[in-house]
Amino acid sequence: MQFKTRDFSTASRVLKIRKLEVGLAGRPRAEKVLKGIDLDIRAGETHCLVGESGSGKSVTSLATMGLLPKDALEVQGGLIDLEGFEITSATHAQMRELRAQRIAMIFQEPMTALNPVLRVGEQIEEVLNMHTDLSQAEAKKRTLDIMDQVHLPDVQRIYSAFPHQLSGGQRQRIMIAMALVLDPDLLIADEPTTALDVTTQLQILRLIEEMQERHGTAVLFITHDMGVVAEIADTVSVMQKGEIVESAPIRELLTNPQQDYTRKLLTAVPNLKPRPARVVAEKAAVLDVTGLDMTYGGSGWLRRSEGVHAARDVTFDIAPGRTLGIVGESGSGKSTVARCIMRLIDPTGGEVTVAGTEISRLSRRQLQPHRKHFQIVFQDPYRSLNPRWTVARSLCEGPINFGTPKAEAMKHAAELMELVHLPTDALDRYPHQFSGGQRQRIAIARAVAMKPDLLVADEAVSALDVSVQAQVLDLLDDVQERFGIAMLFITHDLRVAAQICDDVVVMQKGAVVEQGPAGAVLSNPRHDYTRSLIEAAPGRHWDFANFRALDRAPAAQGATS
Amino acid sequence: MTEIPNSRHSAFQVLTGWLSLPASARLGVGPAIAALVLVIIVLASVFAPLYVPYDPLAMNAMSRLRPPSDEFLLGTDPYGRDIFSRVMIGGRVSLLIGVGAAVVSVAVGLIIGLVAGFFRAADGIIMRIMDSLMAIPAILLAIALVALNGPSLGSVIIAITVPEVPRVVRLVRSVVLSAREEPYVEAAIALGSSMPKILIQHLMPNTFAPLIVQGTYICASAILIEAILSFLGAGVSTEIPTWGNIMAEGRSYFQIKPGLIFWPGLLLSLCILCINLLGDTARDLLDPRMKKREG
Repeated sequence: MQFKTRDFSTASRVLKIRKLEVGLAGRPRAEKVLKGIDLDIRAGETHCLVGESGSGKSVTSLATMGLLPKDALEVQGGLIDLEGFEITSATHAQMRELRAQRIAMIFQEPMTALNPVLRVGEQIEEVLNMHTDLSQAEAKKRTLDIMDQVHLPDVQRIYSAFPHQLSGGQRQRIMIAMALVLDPDLLIADEPTTALDVTTQLQILRLIEEMQERHGTAVLFITHDMGVVAEIADTVSVMQKGEIVESAPIRELLTNPQQDYTRKLLTAVPNLKPRPARVVAEKAAVLDVTGLDMTYGGSGWLRRSEGVHAARDVTFDIAPGRTLGIVGESGSGKSTVARCIMRLIDPTGGEVTVAGTEISRLSRRQLQPHRKHFQIVFQDPYRSLNPRWTVARSLCEGPINFGTPKAEAMKHAAELMELVHLPTDALDRYPHQFSGGQRQRIAIARAVAMKPDLLVADEAVSALDVSVQAQVLDLLDDVQERFGIAMLFITHDLRVAAQICDDVVVMQKGAVVEQGPAGAVLSNPRHDYTRSLIEAAPGRHWDFANFRALDRAPAAQGATS
Repeated sequence: MTEIPNSRHSAFQVLTGWLSLPASARLGVGPAIAALVLVIIVLASVFAPLYVPYDPLAMNAMSRLRPPSDEFLLGTDPYGRDIFSRVMIGGRVSLLIGVGAAVVSVAVGLIIGLVAGFFRAADGIIMRIMDSLMAIPAILLAIALVALNGPSLGSVIIAITVPEVPRVVRLVRSVVLSAREEPYVEAAIALGSSMPKILIQHLMPNTFAPLIVQGTYICASAILIEAILSFLGAGVSTEIPTWGNIMAEGRSYFQIKPGLIFWPGLLLSLCILCINLLGDTARDLLDPRMKKREG
């Protein structure tokens, strides 16, 4: 793995943060959100700020931009110095001038950061009109020039496009163009690629790097993804609970972390090396999907419309105790397959056999008795539990539907809480009293309460922090071993798939492009799309958990005959 | 509905939990005054029969159009009836119509809205009927309904309810439509919960908060519409005094006896002002998106 090794000791210091303290507005005695942060970024340097959610990464960036939410947070000590200019005591007018000229920011979700009713070119031009004396023609020329620099195709057309007409990657390019059009000294990127697919993410990371080299911008890059850090960082600061626990050049941090927390964080990062293959059980498949087809829309009431072919001819099966992963980018149809199998939507073709029963064509009523055989865990732990129900009530809902007496269901619920390592007295609490990881445990307990043969996990760990993610994956593994459940694991994250799956199905645009044992598919992909997915996975050559390079980098030397 | 032991939550906490209220929810000074005024008016009206000095219907040719005095607190009307007694008793009926119309339209709208939101087949038909109902001006529809059913208390409540129902239906339907996409509803489907169970236990509680707000507005507007109907002569029959028909009767004597319109009008306005104020407060508490940003 190639890390950046540039030396910045001679470069001028762009940002200097000293003992920065941010706390709740008007409550100087309350616990601080940032507890005295020191940070230095030099010209041309990429400094990554990593940490789990709630560690204060974004607050640091907002404080630097002077954008802390008014009446909620305020700077309570320390200084932020941007090339000699003290930001903490700047007036609004000064900050406004500063924000465009010398610091710029790009956000996670470009759709919400752009104005949906203005053409994107005009939005870039607006920045120029506000802050420079360029004439209309010059401003437009400069806009087209920067759009060209961020490699947007057909800039004349895109200049007059609206945000919704562009793809996520293109929108992020527009954001970058807008941020860099005035050639700022510091670019703050707050999770700029988190909402993007891996292949797009790679392009955007490359673009930021290229723009940085061209303009000599210092970049403060905020992310939770260690892979991204390994790809782009010169130096890294690890944040935990409002403090920077460790700050070091990238290679040092990844090979020889000094702090326990950094170690813990790195150990939790799954690597791209597939798990050791498990013995193939000679049992009949629990789930058998044959030629599954799903077209959304399709038949109009008055006129037939085309419809969207979200899944075509998908075929696979899963044996008891094994895990099959479906991987692919957004829009590949992986969630559609999961929802068809769960019969949350009705497939338009093909067969789904669960525990010996063909379910794809059963009516709602006919299906009801079979529901207990297959359960699902959703992505968003904040929405998958009814906020008005106690945990106990959620856990008992399924068993009671299938005739278990209430007292028995309650007893079982208490056992389940132990199974997922939560205290049994938590049964009387409401979901909002739990963290995301705990809620996901509850959701798993709710699914397991039905004693299913098949568990579908639809991006079940994607919304969780990496250390929590590792715990939940362990829990799923544990549950699977104990009950011999077959698992269908939907994910966009190849690392997670490598860690948990026996078999992998790769989907692109609704079709299966490659499937087979995880080891074969991930280390020796045959299809171009699989290869591009693996190659785009950031930091894929590094084994974070063992602080060294992967002995055999997966893919790359694929069958490029 | 919750039989599961729930010992560590007080009733208030459960209520705030159900309505997704922040634990710190407090009533401001304005709304507190409004609540106080409203409670006084309601209590005074409800217990009116216990303290009013005269039968509100008893006519007395000897004491027509008397000015306010110790004998007749607010004077008498052209038929010699005591205005104070009439206004207080009339408030009973006006408030009953307001609350009745609100309860009935919320209840009916809730059921139809749940069905429309959850069953796609029913949705198209129900919503087109609701659209056509909304196309007719509310007052016109109410007059027609009273004309059809005769001017009784019940028919006035129905006449006020019918134009309000589509609004409630649309509100409930929109809440259900967004709530049914929530993963916890899909999880309930996966857990084999029956449709009625999902509808009542998972989806319906989401509608309570907006319905409480909508209910207060309907209550206020029902009191007003009743007054308008009475004023137009299409309201409750004159044997039952309401604020509306007291004012309607007082119309021709306004020059010599303004109290006939002033007193019921004052109570009516106060009542509606207070109810709307409390409705706004409820909306701010229950729906933080509508709240103006503080500071």
